[in-house]
Amino acid sequence: MATDILMPALSPTMEQGKLAKWLKKEGDKVKPGDVLAEIETDKATMEVEAIDEGVLAKILVSDGTDNVAVNTPIAILADEGEDVSAAASRAPAQGGGEPPPAPGPSAPQQAPVPDMQAEGMADRPAPSERPQQTDLSTPAAPSVITSRTSYNAMAEIPEGTEMVNMTVREALRDAMAEEMRKDESVFVMGEEVAEYQGAYKVTQGLLQEFSARRVIDTPITEHGFAGVGVGAAFTGLRPIVEFMTFNFAMQAIDQIINSAAKTLYMSGGQLGCPIVFRGPNGAAARVAAQHSQDYSAWYSQIPGLKVVAPYTASDAKGLLKSAIRDPNPVIFLENEILYGQSFPVPKLDDFTIPIGKARIHREGKDVTIVSFSIGMTYALKAAQELEKEGIDAEVIDLRTIRPLDTETIVASVMKTGRCVSVEEGWPQSGVGAEIAMRIMENAFDYLDAPVARVTGKDVPMPYASNLEKLALPSVAEVVQAAKAVCYR
Amino acid sequence: MAVAARKAGRAGAGAANKSTSSKGSGRGAAPNTPQFDKDQDLSAYNDMLLIRRFEEKSGQMYGMGLIGGFCHLYIGQEAVVVGMQMATKEGDQVITGYRDHGHMLACGMDAKGVMAELTGRRGGLSKGKGGSMHMFSKEKHFYGGHGIVGAQVSLGTGIAFANHYRENGNVCLTYFGDGAANQGQVYESFNMAQLWKLPVVYVIENNRYAMGTAVNRASAQTDFSKRGVSFGIPGEQVDGMDVRAVYAAGRRAIEHARSGKGPYILEMQTYRYRGHSMSDPAKYRTKDEVARMREEHDPIEQVRRRLLEGWKLSEEELRAIDSKVREIVNEAAEFATHDPEPDPSELYTDILL
Repeated sequence: MATDILMPALSPTMEQGKLAKWLKKEGDKVKPGDVLAEIETDKATMEVEAIDEGVLAKILVSDGTDNVAVNTPIAILADEGEDVSAAASRAPAQGGGEPPPAPGPSAPQQAPVPDMQAEGMADRPAPSERPQQTDLSTPAAPSVITSRTSYNAMAEIPEGTEMVNMTVREALRDAMAEEMRKDESVFVMGEEVAEYQGAYKVTQGLLQEFSARRVIDTPITEHGFAGVGVGAAFTGLRPIVEFMTFNFAMQAIDQIINSAAKTLYMSGGQLGCPIVFRGPNGAAARVAAQHSQDYSAWYSQIPGLKVVAPYTASDAKGLLKSAIRDPNPVIFLENEILYGQSFPVPKLDDFTIPIGKARIHREGKDVTIVSFSIGMTYALKAAQELEKEGIDAEVIDLRTIRPLDTETIVASVMKTGRCVSVEEGWPQSGVGAEIAMRIMENAFDYLDAPVARVTGKDVPMPYASNLEKLALPSVAEVVQAAKAVCYR
Repeated sequence: MAVAARKAGRAGAGAANKSTSSKGSGRGAAPNTPQFDKDQDLSAYNDMLLIRRFEEKSGQMYGMGLIGGFCHLYIGQEAVVVGMQMATKEGDQVITGYRDHGHMLACGMDAKGVMAELTGRRGGLSKGKGGSMHMFSKEKHFYGGHGIVGAQVSLGTGIAFANHYRENGNVCLTYFGDGAANQGQVYESFNMAQLWKLPVVYVIENNRYAMGTAVNRASAQTDFSKRGVSFGIPGEQVDGMDVRAVYAAGRRAIEHARSGKGPYILEMQTYRYRGHSMSDPAKYRTKDEVARMREEHDPIEQVRRRLLEGWKLSEEELRAIDSKVREIVNEAAEFATHDPEPDPSELYTDILL
């Protein structure tokens, strides 16, 4: 019986890729293990191998097609001698288009589901909902930035500045490269940052430009290399220490907190530590409890650290450059799911964004939604939903978690009288808890309703697709919380 | 004065016999122990005595309630840091754990500033915010003073990394104890240091007890000079009670590291006379054991005997040195007792730059 060969995912977060080349042609016999085609993403090139025996009856996606969504049928495999004319007559899929509904738990749910929890399951940015632009030559706003987005943070960018579209991943790489060109004391170290070009390809090309002296592959030894980085920073070098993910930085947390954060104070101001610890933080997709933790609240508790968690590519670039120049230890929390998303980034020789300043991403008057990093995807979509119901939400992107920009939050809450915080991390002692307290301390009399929070659920991250979606916040939960504080 | 004498000692360093080692011989003068010239013996005596008197005074002041919290005294181990420091050159860095007063004095840090930090006063080297375990001096290339057992090993390796990155020819002396030697990050650091050929000398001060736990109760391999074997890091055991043996081994190790051959391990076999900290009654060892070490192996007494018998100094000349050292220590104690506490506004300074 003829079966579809589907576009494979090369990583848990891959959404699409390029079908670079077919190595078999229609009519070829294939057996398990034969390489059928080569697939490219912005991260890697991989081979598609045949799993079953048969004949390659029909190629549905031709060589060189970009933006082929995961799970799109790319070819039809038939049993030898089977009449495949019916199947083979199927029209080839259009590259770059919407993927057809495909089986399997990762398929985007298209139909609205009335049940709130089930709807929440569809709210996690699913492949088809995420920005699809990867071609830098055709600037386009990411889908999450709506026409209502005021984008007043553009005040940070001189009027008339040309904007180019780039992914968060590219923005981070450019930030590092620019700072390394400017300052010989900046170097990058971490696992797979050099020869492998970065486990998530964030350091792509740095080894080639800056050599192995300044782009240093470390052994898998987080505690040790974090300490080595801190020691080097004590002498005035400016290390960028990449953790493959922040989950592994727990092995190094003693050096981050006891050595990097506290030494300036313990030395009476003599010994600073100009270091950046960066890497993906929080949940990726389907990697379960040990690889899915959001550390924003953890690090934000420590005096002596700055904690940055950008959402857009522009903020990622401007803030990482500021972090590298900062004389203090900076925890720079990235997000794997955001790496591939594209945003307009100003084309400026030296674009920085100050640490400690939130941004009003969308202006509104009825309720303030405060979030950061990937939490912004829920917040912005919720704002769109709320608009349909006549609720005008203001969305604040914190961008920096420590020092927290209390002023911007408080000013907004004084205007709206209502606040919902959104984060993927756990509720207890979370960033939302801190925001609520600061509002109590500074704007209690302006509140028309108790502050609400939408967070990751108070459980270790489950593996199963449905449970994972339940464990994360959802747009529906944000909408519901916003309506609740508006008494709607 | 201490600093001046030490420099004089360094000037005469070239005369030392480099070929000797007390490898594997444990304590007691090995037959081939290198000889010091008179200046070196005088310098070592002076520096070790300053540490001893300073630590004795610290103990007193702790007893008087002027020093709080943890206070770990270096008495008995003076030859290690003094001998190593004699083997360094300007620019070489030092980093150690929490038993750090001796290292700071040997690096030439001001005794008043150290003592005032112990008493938590504004004139302390960390403005009273660090205390006994946390003092630093960029000027003297002393990077602390670290309270987390073993943390200084990765940090010292990072300082050596910076030397390598800058190609400045400096070596980082990274001190830790037999207790810290069992921490995981020590071996993570050994691996990277050897992999990248970093200029670092790991000085393991084996004073036989990790707090109250004797070495043989905590360590499967009690020969700490072998702790780098699986990484190919050379090591040797040194009589850490004989400043001459320490100096000779220090020269070999530092030369190895400075020449680009990578890290070197020195196990200093030494002994602390006092408890782990001021609150430790040291019930885990006998009084006899301590008394025997003091009588037979005291690092200062060994040099004193050489000065009297070998270099024919008079008791009077030695008393003059003693009284100068006491003067420095008394001045430091006086300052540390009367210097005001930090201004309350200091609570919120030095958190970020």
